[in-house]
Amino acid sequence: MSFYGLVDGSDASLRTYLNALSGVDQIGADARASMLATRSIKTASKRWAIDMAISMVDLTTLEGADTPGKVQALCTKAVRPDPTDSTVPSVGAVCVYNDMVGVARKHLDLIGGSHVGVAAVSTAFPSGRASMPVKIQDTADALNAGASEIDMVIDRGAFLSGDYITVFNEIVQIRELCGDRAHLKVIFETGELVTYDNVRKASFLAMAAGADFIKTSTGKVAPAATAPVVLVMLEAVRDFYSMTQTRIGVKPAGGIRNTKDAIKQLVLVNETAGPAWLTPSLFRIGASALLNDLLMQRMKMDNGYYASPAYVTID
Amino acid sequence: MKFDYAPAPESRSIVSIKPKYGHFIDGKFVAGRKHFPAINPATEEILSQIALAGVAEVDAAVKAARKAYTITWSKMSGRERGKYLFRIARIMQERSREFAVLETLDNGKPIRESRDVDIPLAAAHFFYHAGWADKLEYAGLGTSTKPHGVAGQIIPWNFPLLMLAWKVAPALATGNTVVLKPAENTSLTALLFAEVCQQAELPAGVVNIVTGNGSTGALIVNHPGIDKIAFTGSTEVGKIIARAVAPTQKSVTLELGGKAANIIFEDAAIDEAIEGIVNGVFFNQGHVCCAGSRLILQESVADEVIEKLKRRMGLIRVGDPMDKNTDLGAINSKEQLLKIRELSATGDTEGAQRWSAPCDLPKKGFWFAPTIFTGVTQAHRIAREEIFGPVLSVLTFRTPQEAIDKANNTPFGLSAGIWSEKGSRILWASQQLRAGVIWSNTFNKFDPTSPFGGYKESGWGREGGRHGLSAYLKGVGHE
Amino acid sequence: MSNRIDVKKTYKLYINGAFPRSESGRTYEIKDAKGVFIANPCLASRKDLKDAVVAARAAQPGWNKASAYNKGQILYRIAEMLEGRRTQFVQEIVSVTGITKVKAEKEVTESVDRIVWYAGWSDKLSSLSGALNPVAGPYYNFTVPESMGVIAAIAPESPSLLGLIDAIAPVIVGGNTVIVLASTKAPLSAMSFAEVVATSDVPAGVINILTGKKDEIAPWMASHMDIDGLDISGLGAKSHGAVRSAGAENLKRIYSFNSADPSRILAFLEHKTVWHPIGL
Repeated sequence: MSFYGLVDGSDASLRTYLNALSGVDQIGADARASMLATRSIKTASKRWAIDMAISMVDLTTLEGADTPGKVQALCTKAVRPDPTDSTVPSVGAVCVYNDMVGVARKHLDLIGGSHVGVAAVSTAFPSGRASMPVKIQDTADALNAGASEIDMVIDRGAFLSGDYITVFNEIVQIRELCGDRAHLKVIFETGELVTYDNVRKASFLAMAAGADFIKTSTGKVAPAATAPVVLVMLEAVRDFYSMTQTRIGVKPAGGIRNTKDAIKQLVLVNETAGPAWLTPSLFRIGASALLNDLLMQRMKMDNGYYASPAYVTID
Repeated sequence: MKFDYAPAPESRSIVSIKPKYGHFIDGKFVAGRKHFPAINPATEEILSQIALAGVAEVDAAVKAARKAYTITWSKMSGRERGKYLFRIARIMQERSREFAVLETLDNGKPIRESRDVDIPLAAAHFFYHAGWADKLEYAGLGTSTKPHGVAGQIIPWNFPLLMLAWKVAPALATGNTVVLKPAENTSLTALLFAEVCQQAELPAGVVNIVTGNGSTGALIVNHPGIDKIAFTGSTEVGKIIARAVAPTQKSVTLELGGKAANIIFEDAAIDEAIEGIVNGVFFNQGHVCCAGSRLILQESVADEVIEKLKRRMGLIRVGDPMDKNTDLGAINSKEQLLKIRELSATGDTEGAQRWSAPCDLPKKGFWFAPTIFTGVTQAHRIAREEIFGPVLSVLTFRTPQEAIDKANNTPFGLSAGIWSEKGSRILWASQQLRAGVIWSNTFNKFDPTSPFGGYKESGWGREGGRHGLSAYLKGVGHE
Repeated sequence: MSNRIDVKKTYKLYINGAFPRSESGRTYEIKDAKGVFIANPCLASRKDLKDAVVAARAAQPGWNKASAYNKGQILYRIAEMLEGRRTQFVQEIVSVTGITKVKAEKEVTESVDRIVWYAGWSDKLSSLSGALNPVAGPYYNFTVPESMGVIAAIAPESPSLLGLIDAIAPVIVGGNTVIVLASTKAPLSAMSFAEVVATSDVPAGVINILTGKKDEIAPWMASHMDIDGLDISGLGAKSHGAVRSAGAENLKRIYSFNSADPSRILAFLEHKTVWHPIGL
């Protein structure tokens, strides 16, 4: 693998590459994110943003209590979020554990949702604490069951101990396994990496290793997709594009629960990575409750009065 | 489709602007004799007619201030005085949206800045100084607890209400009474502040506001009934004031011009540095005495920074100041616009390379696109003179000492910026820079507790904090 | 009384650690209280002032950089040297001013003690006039006093030694360098004080002492663009307005004092405020 010519696969070259990154000043990044949060998105642009956000949702269920019935209901919602309004777009993908991938894929295809992807969380999600053979098997199972997107977690323990090459090699191996079958999203669990310097470093590490997307969080650890973390990752994909002419996607996940939050994410994308990233193929939002709030806001904009949860389906 | 932001204008219905204003003297509004228009610089709409104070009005204001000083204010305990300031702070907070909208209409600055910066900081200044009023014996080395008497205060148009707060709050806290003149172009929020004084039941004559132009300012400076002058504005006028008061016993503080260097070292956090550069020189249309108008880049990162800066400048939203999404509003006046144009034209003729962010400027009003000049040297006029507009001059350096030498190579000394991730280098540079405010890994931050003011030709004295307070107290042991 | 002929001292200027004559060649005559000739001190010229400013400017960064402890010790050393030459100073003061020996002794004693007092300020200034400011945000924000640069001072006519100390010590203790114009009528103790300074570990150029006419030199001091501050305590009040006006050209900080207290030191310090974010 060429790794964009940025590293040669050795520990030394990886360190050199990562050490050349500039730091991130936390207060400055926080300030930029909160300034962008003051953008006021109204009327036609808000309506456009809501539909864009719906199409970017990775509609997620990642619970021990997940059943085929639950997943099938999720798939139905994913394809036609509002059964009374066919102008509402489908979401980007459903995101499930790997044992539910087959159920999801089959049901989506059955209800005319073949355009909706199935993302499988992988590599001993959410902790990432398993041997490499187990992680590979985990991913292979999902791929074999029809996953079109793999959301792998990195080994945060290895990252925090400075063992970057291990993290890098794991991503490389999963990337090879995915081949042409699936897009690879690499989850950092930014709440465990803690510093923005680490987020920037993890972003560049994952991108060089072959990630198609970089993703903030598992949804199991707080804080998750905070605005400044997403900002730092969007700056990373923007800078990586300058270096390689390759656009890597970004997926915030966890904590984005309402329309206002979602629109703030789109503003971050628009004014950081740029408009080219305003597409489901380069920006996804991992969420569950968000979708209904987007639908209620959409109804309000169409009807002119505030909606009630009674008018949107709970699953 | 692009993600265009639909217009999101703040409502102006919250303010009611009178067709004509008078002066605020001895607790009452007094009709003016001559008037001049208040113009919204974003639309050229005439907002109101502002009174021009002459000898009689300035004299009446000084007399009212003297009477209030002698009879009421100097006799009142600090504890009671402070309560009036607390009241003022609270009323300003209550009416903050009204102030913000009025400020934006009158000044041309984006509503986001008047709402999030000017007005909250102005209220905070009153709140901070209120607490000083009964603690003057702890105000520091070399000061007494005695006020000067009547303070004549002349403020600029770039932060109208905030500069009023910087002046009035410490003056009142220390027991002085005030004759204040807002800038000719931006009187409206000061006149609204007069209403706040009335609502706060501030004793008549403690704050007097006379509106007018430079001639009114000169009357205040030269009035024998004034004990202390506080001025914020250009270095040129500051020198005139310094000469005018030279033969008198008047105490003077001056907050004047600047040509701040913003130094980017190669190990800086580049993305945050870019934000700092943008905030440094495009905040408030660059109408900031402490603006980081000279960008001094380490050569090894110069290309990267300039490329990223241009991209970021392309995202600056220029236009209707009342739109909540506007980043850069209108230039405050036609005169200022002409000055900016004239000085930036010398950048072209002296061989620097101009680049302006592509943006559609409104047809009416006074506008100037965010602009940088690269290839600038110390000898260029745009590297030496204060432009007071959204224009950045870019210079480069090779070694830290060279950066410092370039930064200090100016008669000004108000502020400077340093961007580096290396602690020892930041502390070294902050010691070497000859400026009163050093922002390291940040820029254009203000706080009532933080002294602000310049070295050299950037002024006399400080505003804010204990050091600012002492300027309103008589010195011990010297005139 | 012996028949020995005194070896009289030639009183010269003190610039950059050396004792030059005025480049102008000018001198003026001073006499004792009874009108008997004493000496021909130099009548400093504008060029002498310029040379002193150049020396003071060159010396300032190094002096400023010296630790507060070191500056304090050097000032204390001046006091030590002065203490050792008390007799000479008393004699000079008596001969020029005609005051009693008791009064002169008192002045010299107070001069020594006052230098010691100023010396002790060197490492207390930052603590007492600096501040850590609790700004409303995630920033570390502090204010520190810093030297202003090159300060000129006009010493009062009397007391000629103690007044000179008040013109010099508070200025240099904060890291400034100084050019002081001595008492015109009683310059002997100033020029002898230069000898004290020269033997006190004070780096060349930190203290420069001129003798001459106040109304001639004060306007030059005021208009010199490379002087940052001016102490006009020793200048007649009627000249203050003109000097302040001339100093406005570079917004020189011009003060006049009537007592020895910390404000005398603070007047020639700038306060610098530094911001830095606090974050991970």
